[in-house]
Amino acid sequence: MFSAKIWRESPQRYRLEAAKCLGCGKVFFPPRLVCLGCRGREFEKRFLPWRGRVLTFTVIHTAPTPFVDMAPYCIAIVEVEEGVRLTCQLVDVDLEAVEIGMEVELEFRRIQSNQSDGVLCYGYKAVPGGGE
Amino acid sequence: MRDVAVIGVGMIKWGERWESSLRDLFVEAALAALDDCGLDRVDALYVGSMSPGLFTGQEHIGALFADYLGLAHLPATRVESACASGGLAFRQAFLEVSSGLSEIVLAAGVEKMTDVDGAEATYVLSTAADQEYESFHGITFPGLYALIARDYMHRYGLTREQLAAVAIKNHAHGSHNPFAQFPRKIDLETVLNSPMVADPLRLMDCSPITDGAAAVVLCPLERARELGKKKPVKVLGSGQASDTMALHHREDFCYFRSTAEAAKRAFEMAKIERERVDFLEVHDCFTIAEICVLESLGFFERGKAGSAAQEGITALDGKLPVNPSGGLKSKGHPVGATGVAQIVELVHQLRGEAGERQVKGAKVGLAQNMGGTGASSVVHILEGC
Ligand SMILES: [Zn+2]
Repeated sequence: MFSAKIWRESPQRYRLEAAKCLGCGKVFFPPRLVCLGCRGREFEKRFLPWRGRVLTFTVIHTAPTPFVDMAPYCIAIVEVEEGVRLTCQLVDVDLEAVEIGMEVELEFRRIQSNQSDGVLCYGYKAVPGGGE
Repeated sequence: MRDVAVIGVGMIKWGERWESSLRDLFVEAALAALDDCGLDRVDALYVGSMSPGLFTGQEHIGALFADYLGLAHLPATRVESACASGGLAFRQAFLEVSSGLSEIVLAAGVEKMTDVDGAEATYVLSTAADQEYESFHGITFPGLYALIARDYMHRYGLTREQLAAVAIKNHAHGSHNPFAQFPRKIDLETVLNSPMVADPLRLMDCSPITDGAAAVVLCPLERARELGKKKPVKVLGSGQASDTMALHHREDFCYFRSTAEAAKRAFEMAKIERERVDFLEVHDCFTIAEICVLESLGFFERGKAGSAAQEGITALDGKLPVNPSGGLKSKGHPVGATGVAQIVELVHQLRGEAGERQVKGAKVGLAQNMGGTGASSVVHILEGC
């Protein structure tokens, strides 16, 4: 049952699929069925850029069950384009060197192994870079 | 809509209550509330609980609790809105009495959190965030509030010491609350040397994991003196609102729009200005939350509440006492019970029976209860009669 739950999200997690409202142009990640801006219901598929900028971040020391072995790890809110934001881990980085405004690239990585059945879940994580 | 009063309140000792089950906690608080007003039955009950299923394996707690309270045939309803479940249970009870549907309604909140270990409790709490786009990536609640704290510090120059001052102040208040989980004062060193949970938030910035329950009895204001034993407390205003589930979808991470909207609705119903409010019980699940909530409620300008605790403005003897009960930080945070316990504290204060933590001359109090990172908020304004 859990594999359907994971598979269903894969367009967003594997390819950063978002939805652009045909009414007002607002971009939603993940895609929605109704636009928050104009309440329109027509969207076109688009792909978010695999780079962005750190808006805020934390380093998790006390982790929830599936992530206990990874702690400490950094999590950031990343703005990938004007107004489009997501939350993800920031890895391959000196935890002391993370700062607000830092440029990052997104990469396809393993996120966690599912608690109930051990299925490996993949998605996007940020790494430093992309600023040059 | 008719006027509604709180005529009975019940609070129990909060903490690691290994000897007490989920149902025991509820019944103990419910009986305390019934004894407080001298009644032995009610017409309906609402109970707020965030996740009895994940914490203890038990769902369907409305019926279970009515059964164990010895009132098996009541309409009994569980409501859930994460950490705002208690405030929402109170609001539903208020609406049921106000509408004229029922005369006497019990509103309770309960959470039994210590039947699972710390990592599991952290996981259960994280289910109140967006499961697929926040929790999936390993964020925790302390982590989400740490994202807010970092942003606030960056924008407004909030210091580590100012954050700590919130915890120190609430523990000082809670040291006078016999029901509190940690009724003792703490100092700056204790906060700054406590283990890092989610940078910049340390253990002493966080509310604890708690077993607890609280309950109140409501009835029409015009029958309050006939039905109750003590001074009634009138519900002046009630407001509820929502916001985006994921923190990253907010334009402003430091402003809880749901709290602002809920407060606006509660003040409109109460027909009073903020100046009339003598004290507040707010949702300080983390030190940074109290700061952002005070600004979202409109009691401080943006960026100005950061120094309030350090300057003594929000202390018991300050201009605007905040969390005289000790708040979630010192009193404990059995998530579903918190919103109801805030109402209990308002009533104790407005009856003038809060002992050493009494806010002098308290006539109007406000309670703000929040779920997730503010995806839901419930605000109530109460007045002593
Ligand atoms: Zn639109």
